Amino acid sequence: MLSTIVIIGGGQAGAQAIDTLRREGFSGRLVLIGDEPELPYQRPPLSKKYLSGEMAADRLLFRHRAFYDEHRVELRLGKKAIRLDPAARQVELADGEKIAYDRLLLCLGAASRRLTCPGAELLGVHYLRGLADVAPIQAGCKTAARVVIIGGGYIGLETAATCRKMGCDVTVLEMADRIMNRVVAPAVSRYFSGEHVAHGVNLICDTRVVRIEGTGRVERVVCADGSSHAADMVIVGVGAIATTELASAAGLACDNGIVVDEYCRSSDAAIFAAGDCTNHPSLRFGRRVRLESVDNAFEQAKTAALNLLDRQVTHDRVPWFWSDQFDNKLLIVGLSQDYDSQVLRGDPAARSFSVCYLKGRELLAVEAVNHSKDYMAARKLIAERALMNPEKLADGGIALKEAV
Amino acid sequence: MPKIVFIEPDGVRREVNAPVGITLMEAARQHGVAGVVAQCGGACACATCHVYVDPAWAAKLEPPEDMEEGMLENAWEPRDNSRLSCQIHITADMDGLEVTVPQRQR
Repeated sequence: MLSTIVIIGGGQAGAQAIDTLRREGFSGRLVLIGDEPELPYQRPPLSKKYLSGEMAADRLLFRHRAFYDEHRVELRLGKKAIRLDPAARQVELADGEKIAYDRLLLCLGAASRRLTCPGAELLGVHYLRGLADVAPIQAGCKTAARVVIIGGGYIGLETAATCRKMGCDVTVLEMADRIMNRVVAPAVSRYFSGEHVAHGVNLICDTRVVRIEGTGRVERVVCADGSSHAADMVIVGVGAIATTELASAAGLACDNGIVVDEYCRSSDAAIFAAGDCTNHPSLRFGRRVRLESVDNAFEQAKTAALNLLDRQVTHDRVPWFWSDQFDNKLLIVGLSQDYDSQVLRGDPAARSFSVCYLKGRELLAVEAVNHSKDYMAARKLIAERALMNPEKLADGGIALKEAV
Repeated sequence: MPKIVFIEPDGVRREVNAPVGITLMEAARQHGVAGVVAQCGGACACATCHVYVDPAWAAKLEPPEDMEEGMLENAWEPRDNSRLSCQIHITADMDGLEVTVPQRQR
């Protein structure tokens, strides 16, 4: 009989695990340790409606405090777990408290990759990952403030769109030859570039930041080609790194994330992990992956919670992702690596289209721009390993689910 | 505060007081209504907050936009009165609104 389950990490995964554990009847001691002071909250709005002020902080919360009281969750918020002792089955917090567990769930998330160039430590250089990061950025988002965003990925572009809407003068600097190059097809990059430029964003690709200059605080960003971009504020969105220090110091297998199996179990049988911090097998795609997404955090946490209770459930989901930029919604399902052809459906000029990735006739992934029908149909088709008819597929007039 | 009625998948009737301005999904989540998963948190990106709106109320609500329609078409067992609860903003005149949570979200 399990008496104590401890969860480290109060993000999407940690919150979901609590929900599943209690719904599934776990009645023992449940402790949530989180290094942020807030109750578990949603991160996606931080670069969008929360940053713009359209969404109040209490709407970010998954559950209000009463839920945790009612479900007898012992909260240790604003507390950092500094040591994990798998042999003693014990976690030690920075304030000295030691908590013993029967089973442990690590939902440690990921941290922003930091810039290392000269000037990276100047005042006015920001990262956007947690709630506490938002207020200083908001304070700098004044009309006509010059905001330089380093990195044309999801975070950079969503933040660019929000800052632009707030009246800032926005420049995005991207190292690759196109934005979101690691996650979307060229047609999708092209479409979103067009949207950003049409909204007045100064978008520059193929450029490498070499240093940030300023006296005390940021004044300009300098690129390898000698160009210089005046800045009142810099926001860096150059990727994230799985948080694994606690796990690796405890001897758990880590390799670009905490290595877990399809049951979300780590190399220690009493320790499970879920979310951005895991390197896990994708059963559908037959390889190991590390994903940064709400969906993965949610689903893995649910699976991990069931396995904490010895239910023997495998994590076997098709991942999906979304991004909101201006009034556009990008919906992605599946993983696009290993494809051998891409099929465009619809016309980007009509502001609603999708790109399908095929291996042979098998549908691997779909990127849908303002096209929820294709996206929803693809979720099912990809999970079922549907074989598509490429001719029908290329006809945007034929529903995706009929193009088999 | 308008009172909203959720019929959970197992038939349990949950009456919750919901502040004007938040969405039906947020009201469900805050009160832990069973079956409203709301994975994406209201971005109209997951279709896991699907509900059936009492037909007497369905016509009184703002109709769904294209994105929501597209999500619903491939949601679990969609019906004419299907909506994503994240796309319904609670207004003062919604007192007594009744929605049924489907057996599954996908």
